[in-house]
Amino acid sequence: MTQRRIRVLVAKPGLDGHDRGAKVIAQAFRDAGFEVIYTGLRQTPESIVATAEQEDVDCIAMSMLSGSHLTLMPKVTRLLKEKEMDDILVIGGGVIPGEDIPLLKEAGIAEIFTPGTPTSTCVEYVKNNVTEKA
Amino acid sequence: MSYSKEELSAIQQAMDKWQVSVDKTIAKQGERKETFYSSGFNEIDRLYTPLDTFGDYMEKLGFPGEYPFTRGPQPTMYRGKLWTMRMYAGFSTAEESNKRYKYLLANGSSGLSVAFDLPTQIGYDSDHPMSEGEVGKVGVAIDSLADMEILFDSIPLDKVSTSMTINAPAAVLLAMYMAVAEQQGVPFDKLRGTIQNDILKEYSARGTYIFPVQPSMRLITNIFEFCSEHVPQWNTISISGYHIREAGSTAVDEIAFTFANGMAYVKAAIKAGMDVDKFAGRLSFFLNAHNDLLEEVSKFRAARRLWGYIMKEYFKAKDPRSWMFRTHSQTAGSMLTAQQVNNNIVRVCIQALAAVLGGTQSLHTNSRDEALALPSEESVMTALRTQQVIAYESGVADTIDPLAGSYYIEALTDKIYNEAWEKIQKIEEMGGAEKAIEIGYIQSEIQKAAYQWQKDVESGERIIVGVNKFQVQEPEPSGLLRVDPSVQKTQIDKLNELKSKRDNAAVAARLDELRQAARGDENIMPYILNAVKAYATEGEICGTLREEWGEYVAAVSL
Repeated sequence: MTQRRIRVLVAKPGLDGHDRGAKVIAQAFRDAGFEVIYTGLRQTPESIVATAEQEDVDCIAMSMLSGSHLTLMPKVTRLLKEKEMDDILVIGGGVIPGEDIPLLKEAGIAEIFTPGTPTSTCVEYVKNNVTEKA
Repeated sequence: MSYSKEELSAIQQAMDKWQVSVDKTIAKQGERKETFYSSGFNEIDRLYTPLDTFGDYMEKLGFPGEYPFTRGPQPTMYRGKLWTMRMYAGFSTAEESNKRYKYLLANGSSGLSVAFDLPTQIGYDSDHPMSEGEVGKVGVAIDSLADMEILFDSIPLDKVSTSMTINAPAAVLLAMYMAVAEQQGVPFDKLRGTIQNDILKEYSARGTYIFPVQPSMRLITNIFEFCSEHVPQWNTISISGYHIREAGSTAVDEIAFTFANGMAYVKAAIKAGMDVDKFAGRLSFFLNAHNDLLEEVSKFRAARRLWGYIMKEYFKAKDPRSWMFRTHSQTAGSMLTAQQVNNNIVRVCIQALAAVLGGTQSLHTNSRDEALALPSEESVMTALRTQQVIAYESGVADTIDPLAGSYYIEALTDKIYNEAWEKIQKIEEMGGAEKAIEIGYIQSEIQKAAYQWQKDVESGERIIVGVNKFQVQEPEPSGLLRVDPSVQKTQIDKLNELKSKRDNAAVAARLDELRQAARGDENIMPYILNAVKAYATEGEICGTLREEWGEYVAAVSL
């Protein structure tokens, strides 16, 4: 049986319109052989989780530059837990102060990639950390 | 600039000879790269000579303050008056931002530039579910005239010029500003400033759109018309390449896409029955000041020449003020690094120098810590001081367009001018900027360049100091500015208090009149102003218009 390709949802939570990073990482994931779904702007935590469920993704990658990451990212992991979808790997990136990273990790965001991170690092991380689905 | 045929042919012969020795040198040791690209994706030659800069001086350059304005829009440029040092600022509540504005004015800022939070930019009040977590974060939260009164408390509006980065709901925020002026006893014709009001680049690059294209264009032309009568010194739009470049475009595309948008606004206003010379003089621009010093200088010069040409020859404007390209600029935020943040001070200095040598009318310099968080007061001070050092110590402001006549600068100015105009014509053939955005052409061009940039950085083709070369281990930076998370609650409390105190019947009546006007085709500005003065909230006003006009649905493309 051929192994299923890794499916990643690249999401922009909140009202932030900065999507350069989201689109760049989405293309890098695609070039790495992942199947990529991009939500577009202005997603609520609810809509992100709904899309993740519908698309049966292995990973949710959220990009945020507006400073509302401490509110919105943990809400996504909370909703995933409620729906028993917390086997999905959740990662984040953007303008996120270092001191916030432990708080986000505590809330179930597995890793945060800050500006300057090579896309190859993110690709490797996802490959090594997604839960294999049947 | 002009050389005789004999001189040019002598130069060509000498150059061919020189090429032989270059080839020998390269055979022994190759150059650092096979091809050199600028940060704006222009291919750069080894050497520029008079052979690259043929053409007529008067036709291409002329004199400052005269068509085609390549050398500057005013006759004396910075010898007469320095550019406006305008620092984009705003966060948290109106009270906090008012303090920051007073601090900036006390330290020599010469104009204000208001940053609004995302809910304000997208027409939601602070108590809207979509506003959760966003209130006061990237700018100040403004829900009603009551907040605007606090924002400009003790700042005389006839003494400062104020730029407001507001697009989809620009009419509402302008109306609030006018209402504050009225309270201060300042007549509308004394107000100076700018609203960004550039919706097309929101669709393609920045993302804070609300309404579909048609009603958005109507709002914009209504503002042009209203201001030409009532607020004649106001810049009714700031047609922005800044965000297009930040989203990753090339330098040529920054100009091409910005001017294609500009042409769409001019066409819309003409179609609405306005004479081009009635509004064109109030069109202003906003460009990026990126890393590549000489390319950026050339870009500003090419932009002035090209916009002059478009207005004079394409739109047949008669008034020389309509031909004039006046621009604000900001250093490239996307080029700041989270690593070794002090290096950003140097980057910003080079970028700012580019804008000044390019002849900008106003400038914001970014702060060193902005790849990490909102800037602290201390780093904003350094950014402002950078402009002051350039202005008062470097000497570059003492003569006009000092780099003119450089073979490289003139050749690159021509190249950007020609390639941008070619691209604009291509967009015109597609049916103009609105169409090019609708089919995703502009978005995909930007995206391609952004991805290429990232690949170049990862392959080491582009070196970013401290990121992919010269890295060090460093401690977590400290002293970052944080917005108090209680801001949202404070704003919601203020909203509730406002709604219990104001004349709610009057608010309902003004909103109903606004709804009727939205359905018809008269100028909507007076209705917005009346609603604002009755203390209708921004969310109520935009909500009413949302109900009538619907919302823009973005095509998601990858």
